[in-house]
Amino acid sequence: MTAGGGTGVADGARAADAGASPPNDTQPSGEVVFPTREQYVAVVGGYRGAGFEMCADLCGVDYLAHPARRLPEGVQPERFEVVANLLSLSRARRVRLRVQVPEADAVIASLFDLYPGVEAMEREAFDLFGIVFEGHPDMTRILMPEDWEGHPLRKDYGVGRVPVQFKGAPGPR
Amino acid sequence: MTDVEATSPAGGADPPEPRPDTVLDPPVRGDEFADRGPGDEARGLVAETSEGVQELSSRAETGPGQLRREVGAVLRLPEGVAVDPSDIDVEQSDDETMIINMGPQHPSTHGVLRLMLELDGETVLRTKPVIGYLHTGMEKTAEELTYVQGSTNVTRMDYLAPLHNELVLSLAVEALLGVEMPPRSDWIRMLLVELNRVSSHLMWMATNGMDLGSTSMMIYGFREREMVLAFFEKTTGLRMNHNFIRPGGTAADLPDGWEDDVTVICDTVMSRTDEYDELLTGQPLFRRRSEAVGTLSAEEALALSLTGPVLRSTGVPWDLRRCMPYLRYDEVDFDVIVGTYGDNFDRYSIRLNEIRESVRIIRQVIEKMPAGDYRVQDKKVTPPPRARIDESMEALIHHFKVFTEGFKVPEGEVYVAVESPRGELGCYLVSDGSPKPYRMHIRGPSFVNLQGLPLMMRGGLVADAVAVCSTIDPVMGEVDR
Repeated sequence: MTAGGGTGVADGARAADAGASPPNDTQPSGEVVFPTREQYVAVVGGYRGAGFEMCADLCGVDYLAHPARRLPEGVQPERFEVVANLLSLSRARRVRLRVQVPEADAVIASLFDLYPGVEAMEREAFDLFGIVFEGHPDMTRILMPEDWEGHPLRKDYGVGRVPVQFKGAPGPR
Repeated sequence: MTDVEATSPAGGADPPEPRPDTVLDPPVRGDEFADRGPGDEARGLVAETSEGVQELSSRAETGPGQLRREVGAVLRLPEGVAVDPSDIDVEQSDDETMIINMGPQHPSTHGVLRLMLELDGETVLRTKPVIGYLHTGMEKTAEELTYVQGSTNVTRMDYLAPLHNELVLSLAVEALLGVEMPPRSDWIRMLLVELNRVSSHLMWMATNGMDLGSTSMMIYGFREREMVLAFFEKTTGLRMNHNFIRPGGTAADLPDGWEDDVTVICDTVMSRTDEYDELLTGQPLFRRRSEAVGTLSAEEALALSLTGPVLRSTGVPWDLRRCMPYLRYDEVDFDVIVGTYGDNFDRYSIRLNEIRESVRIIRQVIEKMPAGDYRVQDKKVTPPPRARIDESMEALIHHFKVFTEGFKVPEGEVYVAVESPRGELGCYLVSDGSPKPYRMHIRGPSFVNLQGLPLMMRGGLVADAVAVCSTIDPVMGEVDR
């Protein structure tokens, strides 16, 4: 693998998953890769090995109301997407991974073993979207109260459908 | 502080149990209340505020994976080695450990942060931040607001650095729009965010001084910050939550005579930082309270995705202004301040010196400020000037349209990050081509940096817990969003 340059990194990811490389789409803001759920951890592991020291951000997106988004060929759109932003400090580069997660089986592997820093971010995605991260040591809600029903950032979770939920508050008058 | 272990009804790694019916009953003042003993009342209160499995639970009820994470064992392993569950470096104490609550209504936790500490005598063994008490669903709200209204929303997240929030949203929207910004707007933005960094760090100096018992520092910090806020009020009309940096530029040009105001701020702040040196930096008590307290290594900080002064205190020279420049940061001279030991004192001196570096940048901005437009002259994004509205019907309609319907942003998604006073402030924006963001996610540096707390607190004294928490500089508005 060559030091620096975009190809070296892609090679690292390719070597790691030892199969078909995920489609990727380079934008001015950085490289975007679309691994499948099965490739996800291996691809991230490849990037980690290639000098991406930090997982800067991880979040979910619910594409229920916008299914016809632009995706490279070969990527099957699903309702949910998990978006992980990896950061290489040594090369000052970012790479973004967008993984499709189906609604019926909203489960994806956790990156906790590779980047312990995703702990809070994965909990947030679980809390707000109901995407379960397998292998996460503490998969609990983080922002919403423990007894909250539903996952607020899902598109079918209406705004203002529930007036206000306070614990132990008396019911509607 | 209440002893949770004794009174918590559920707590534990099990899925949340349905609460006993008695808890859900509305509290009635009267005869029924008289039947309850004082213990029942306390139990009811604990149950009402319980976060169940989100809380720190006793070791017997904590799974090995979670326990390893909580004591930071996962970070100290060499690459590729699996943790043996029986080999967790769990302290064996003869005494019983105790889990206590700090917060959410504790003045030193900088807002509604709740820390649960497992104590062995005075030593902190495990810490767990329980957050969400200030969650107001701002990311959900953002999906209902147009891009024009968006900065009003995000500016309330990190309320000590509101201009950084507005900046990151504006940069993300502009990246999707693909507009090229006029130079003056970049330089105005740089001036404002650097002043904001100064005010945010001054505020931190004040509260950190307060947490360590130096009330003089608190008064001085707030006094100097007031100067910056007065300038903000003159420029933007508001002391906080400015909504001044907007997609497409800024809301207005700088006021006449801004150079003089800013120069006065620079001179005053610079001379005052030397006074802080005398007051705190060289003071033996302050040093003994802060040196070698809450230490962190560079590997741990990187693994936990910590950024900003917390990461730089471990010796990693990572500053987005330098490493991945945005605006015109590549055209100004400044130093990235790094520490060595990753302790409280390093984080203090980094922030103090970053105030000086920001002043250095501001002085260069005054010199280099170009003339020209303060917002982009793209009719799609920018409303017409106020004077045109009085004379042209079309201009009035145009103005009305921009502010009611907003402007459409091409379909796409983008991640933009800026260096806020607390670290990497990122904005992931997805557009479906409508005038409202399809999804807006803010990567709050405080939210992520809080993950370093259990590790920094571990093995320290409970008296230092407040100081360690303070040096992370969490702003709960941004943590909970």
